[in-house]
Amino acid sequence: MAPVATPFFFYLFAAIMLVGGIMVITRKNPVHSALALIIALLAQASIYLMLYAPFVAGVQIILYAGGIMVLFLFVIMLVSIDRSIRERQFNSQRIAGLIAATALGGLFIAVYMKGTSVFPEHALSTIENDNTQQVATMLYGQSMFPFEIASLLLLVAIIGAVVMAKKRI
Amino acid sequence: MEPLLHITTTHYLVLGAALFLLGVIGVLTRRNVVIVLMSIELILNAVNLNLVAFSRMWGGLHGQIFAIFVITDAAAEAAVGLGILIAFFRNKETVNIDEVNLLKW
Repeated sequence: MAPVATPFFFYLFAAIMLVGGIMVITRKNPVHSALALIIALLAQASIYLMLYAPFVAGVQIILYAGGIMVLFLFVIMLVSIDRSIRERQFNSQRIAGLIAATALGGLFIAVYMKGTSVFPEHALSTIENDNTQQVATMLYGQSMFPFEIASLLLLVAIIGAVVMAKKRI
Repeated sequence: MEPLLHITTTHYLVLGAALFLLGVIGVLTRRNVVIVLMSIELILNAVNLNLVAFSRMWGGLHGQIFAIFVITDAAAEAAVGLGILIAFFRNKETVNIDEVNLLKW
């Protein structure tokens, strides 16, 4: 089936993502930043849908917007933010940081101006149906070993987080 | 007008680069540790966007698998980072990253 109004939705979600990202790095209150980040992540899930990646979009919503951001909000509630809101928000290296980021942006622009010919104009034929099934076959077949390593990594992260956050073990 | 109306892989890559830059600016300039961690999430998301866009371009699924692994790493990173943040807050009563200077020479 041909996609409907792809440019319109691409620019809509791209604008939502960028505005959300800008709000994340400029808000004083971390709670506002977290909410803006959730909006940006949901817009990004929509962009995944436009790229025919429904499984990654679902993982993005459930795990990122649902799981990680709740963790963030809990921690923001645990630490007191009253003092940090009244403080200066940007550090003393902000000018140098902006210059470094601008240089990186210039590098990106140069790469994409020069590299456009490398990318094909149109998307090649991609697997558009059975996406979840294909991802599962690949995850449990070809990528079995990285998958197990990832579970080990999560175990280590859980233990590490508990050890560091707990007062007395 | 024509290159703007026809969405190609480059459009997604430019969007990812813009998001990456926003994350870098956040990491380099903010003083609040929570917002620095959120900026790192922005950077990881920009990478994920690139991976999925390339996956779409080549018609395979390797990029999507990689994106899922990156999301797993982001979850682990967020858990450990926030654990460190709680330990830091307990010791110093602040979330200001400039106060993390115990090892500074």
